[in-house]
Amino acid sequence: MDIAQLTLDRIREDLIARRYSAAELATEALRLAEAENPKTNAYIHFCPERALDAARRVDGKIANGEDPGALAGAAVAVKDVIVTKDVRTTCGSRLLANYIPPYDATAVIRMERAGAMILGKANCDEFAMGSSNENSAFGAVRNPVDPERVPGGSSGGPAAAVAQGTAVVSLGSDTGGSIRQPASFCGVVGVTPTYGRVSRYGLVAFASSLDHIGPFARTVSDAAALLHAIAGRDEMDSTSAFAPVPDYRAGMNGGLRGVKLGLPREYFKGLASETGNRIEAGVGLLKKLGCEVREISLPATDYAIACYYIICTAEASSNLARYDGVRYTTRSASPPNLIDMYRASRGEGFGAECKRRIMLGTYVLSAGYYDAYYLKAQKVRALIARDFQQAFEKVDAIVTPVSPFPAFKIGEKIDDPMEMYLSDIYTITGDLAGIPCMSVPCGKTAAGLPVGMQILTNHFDEPGMFRIADAYERAGGFAGA
Amino acid sequence: MKISEQEVRYVAGLAHLRLTEEEIRRFTRDLSEILTHIDKLNELDTSGVEPMAQVIYDAGATATLREDQERPVLGAETALANAPLAGAGYFKVPRVIER
Repeated sequence: MDIAQLTLDRIREDLIARRYSAAELATEALRLAEAENPKTNAYIHFCPERALDAARRVDGKIANGEDPGALAGAAVAVKDVIVTKDVRTTCGSRLLANYIPPYDATAVIRMERAGAMILGKANCDEFAMGSSNENSAFGAVRNPVDPERVPGGSSGGPAAAVAQGTAVVSLGSDTGGSIRQPASFCGVVGVTPTYGRVSRYGLVAFASSLDHIGPFARTVSDAAALLHAIAGRDEMDSTSAFAPVPDYRAGMNGGLRGVKLGLPREYFKGLASETGNRIEAGVGLLKKLGCEVREISLPATDYAIACYYIICTAEASSNLARYDGVRYTTRSASPPNLIDMYRASRGEGFGAECKRRIMLGTYVLSAGYYDAYYLKAQKVRALIARDFQQAFEKVDAIVTPVSPFPAFKIGEKIDDPMEMYLSDIYTITGDLAGIPCMSVPCGKTAAGLPVGMQILTNHFDEPGMFRIADAYERAGGFAGA
Repeated sequence: MKISEQEVRYVAGLAHLRLTEEEIRRFTRDLSEILTHIDKLNELDTSGVEPMAQVIYDAGATATLREDQERPVLGAETALANAPLAGAGYFKVPRVIER
């Protein structure tokens, strides 16, 4: 078996035909993932016992003639900001280097119930803050396409694991582009579903009004299958949506004749030329498939970065207040009194980017500034969301680049936080509006670096988004159009 | 907007973050740059715009409530298992009350 080539349907078929067992697959996948890890550092740690237990359950079901589930025998990686019972969950932070969660995230429970085998926990920027995966306390992740370059962030590990072929699919989280941007940099599919579509119970909170869990995969169909397995109302997360979860794969194959696509002009100015050319070629293929393309405008786009970095840092400063050296984090060695213990533990434990965001968030929420910053940002957020609602009265989907440029070199932007923040321009708007959006591979630059095309649709229209992405993939779009 | 080192020290106190002198200088520079970019929001007239306090909510006002029934809880031992210092069923912290 060539693990790097396997798809979910193929694995299921092979298991049911007894070509190999889930236990054999798990053993081989673990061997491969551990052997490949020094090249990318995609995994922080492995959980072989848990993977083998899951494999035995799948093999047991098959032996009994039961349905082993849509994800049966799938080797998966889980971003280390998603908790796993009895398996260390670090959030890429020194503060949680020894944290063993006493419970599982809902998405993890659902994924395993559908037959997935979790190989290990995937590396990420500390508390999911970053666009390059250079902010992990457990070392940067390298892009499998070019080890001198970043895999993107913050879900760099889950993206790299799928791209290098050690995981069939993986779970990431997205607050401002942390799934789509690494998917684009590594040349895989990454999906940020509608806000609330997947329960966040067990996702360590960064910015609660923006946080999403979503899938990485090598094919659109696999991403849709994983999302289907984890989506849906969960009473453990009061923000999870009630809307029924459709079978995303059933809606594929419908053809794209007459589908109306909007290209927002604000997303195409100042684009690196090679990226622009790839996206243009991708749109050309979508036209050939029958889509009607028109230019649209999303006028509030220019304000999205400022809006996002107020809201996400304000919420992060509250959410990260719990890491105080008392309940689950490491504690500074010599605390003379309680307040100094908090300050020293947090000062020693958090990395530079987390501190920067806690500082900014605390500042914008401090006395006298609330109206000028957080309230203003919430109003601008309403304008950004309104732009999308008005656009979706005219078009079925919006197509844009994912990132202004392909994967950059490790170390290239780490000393310039503002430049790093500006690179999120095309992805944060979808999170602010709460709409579904995804990155699909859209060819490569002359240097061989993957480019990602973003498809965005209206709230809960994942079926429409997947239909476009799947038709594009089938037409050869992933190969470069 | 520019922010001073003094303000950075004040905010670090509010956030319970001990920063080195080097970090204070660094964050004074970084936050000033970010806040200057954020000033851009003042270009936008948002009078009459309802702030977006809720992203999406697709059900009735009480739909997220559940029956008031007892459920299994983690238990003290499990809850304390990750504490850097615990004893006698409690989290331990440096002395707060002087005798």
